[in-house]
Amino acid sequence: MRHLLSTKGLTRDEAVMILDVAEDMADVAGREVKKLPALRGKTVVNLFFEDSTRTRISFEAAAKRLSADVINFSAKGSSVSKGESLKDTAQTLAAMGADAVVVRHQASGAPSVLAQSGWIDAGIVNAGDGTHEHPTQALLDAFTIRRRLHGASARGRDLDGVTVTIVGDILHSRVARSNVWLLTTLGARVHLVAPATLVPLGVGDWPVSVGYDLDDAIAGRPDVVMMLRIQAERMNAAFFPNAREYARQWGLGDERLALLPAASLVMHPGPMNRGLEISAQAADSARSTVLEQVANGVSIRMAVLYLLLSGASEGLG
Amino acid sequence: MTARLVLHQADIARALTRISHEILESNRGASDLVLLGIPTRGATLARRIGAILAGIEPNSIAPGSGTVGFLDVTMYRDDLAKNPTRAPSPTQIPAGGIDGKTVVLVDDVLYSGRTIRAALDAISDLGRPRAVRLAVLVDRGHRELPIRADFVGKNLPTSQSERINVRLTEVDGVDEVTIEGGES
Repeated sequence: MRHLLSTKGLTRDEAVMILDVAEDMADVAGREVKKLPALRGKTVVNLFFEDSTRTRISFEAAAKRLSADVINFSAKGSSVSKGESLKDTAQTLAAMGADAVVVRHQASGAPSVLAQSGWIDAGIVNAGDGTHEHPTQALLDAFTIRRRLHGASARGRDLDGVTVTIVGDILHSRVARSNVWLLTTLGARVHLVAPATLVPLGVGDWPVSVGYDLDDAIAGRPDVVMMLRIQAERMNAAFFPNAREYARQWGLGDERLALLPAASLVMHPGPMNRGLEISAQAADSARSTVLEQVANGVSIRMAVLYLLLSGASEGLG
Repeated sequence: MTARLVLHQADIARALTRISHEILESNRGASDLVLLGIPTRGATLARRIGAILAGIEPNSIAPGSGTVGFLDVTMYRDDLAKNPTRAPSPTQIPAGGIDGKTVVLVDDVLYSGRTIRAALDAISDLGRPRAVRLAVLVDRGHRELPIRADFVGKNLPTSQSERINVRLTEVDGVDEVTIEGGES
């Protein structure tokens, strides 16, 4: 693996390998010395053009646990706010000797421009680009589902037959897109539920089923319900009448939680809008995996950085 | 290329039995003993030695008790940047941990000593054993580091152009050690 730009291009075997390596990385978190020397002397740059706290510190923790050096670069208060182009920023980082660049950008496709332009000879990890993809989030979601369902015997397994319902703003959600490709590659059946205004146009070509009613979806007893955040920063049109209406129709409230099978998982990529797409009771219940997702995020990002940065440049796949 | 058979199944079994006795002798019994196999074949050998130890001293080792573990050293290798990416295997430490125990590292072939160097680093991140010993099935020489095995199944003087293949039933379907290549 040279770059990780999307989950669409991952094969089942590659995805399972990343999850398996993440299992080994997760074991490190329980040890006395929570650090591995694998990436000693490598430099990882977190290049964030868009606000993010959890993804950035998750990547930072992952790189540090592998003994890499981390440089944080956020667009606010940097040369970018003075009008520097992506090309100049990339070439500056290349001149500083970055071995991997973790990119978050508000424009879909920015990470793949960096990967293909030749401006910088470093591994590129997409940490969320516009409304395109957020591959490490999907990998950590798949990892969390696999761990909850299979426990200690999770290694080597996929998600064959697992039913996943993704609820919310599919239109703007890169998390949903990455999850659709990855989860279906791993054998899961994905069902999308959203207000009709928040369903993307090309969804007919996706390997999923689409519905508009959350109660119907819950009656189908899904193994996993994944709630998406209503992204206030992207709500630039009247997609739904108001927040209360959305919470009643498409939010996971206390009544819906009670109807959900006891073994079903409730997932949320965070940060949560409590009371809007998810109620406090749902977020804090034993079925909720929100905090596990955060912990597993570090393991997944360790696995991705390790697979990208160790090994002679061609490496695996 | 011809492969010369140097150890048969019975030879391997005898060597492991002798190593097991030597481990018990030097440790004065089986108390506070932890076997850590280095995957893939070292892990298999550690499991076998563990079973032999339990057979010799059934009173001090309850069958199935946690004295055998596996130690993956991939993350600690010094050649990570020079070889294609390796996927690590699981590390599994017995429930009692390794603090204050005598750890016996088990591997199939001792060659440059670099794997064992990596294993020693990995152990120091996991705890502080009382002592670390090394058991190998084959010692083929050509050390690049000041490392020596405490328990050796067979010393095989080799040339560096030769290749030693250890095959074990659990992994490869057959028990044998062969030498390939050489002055051709």
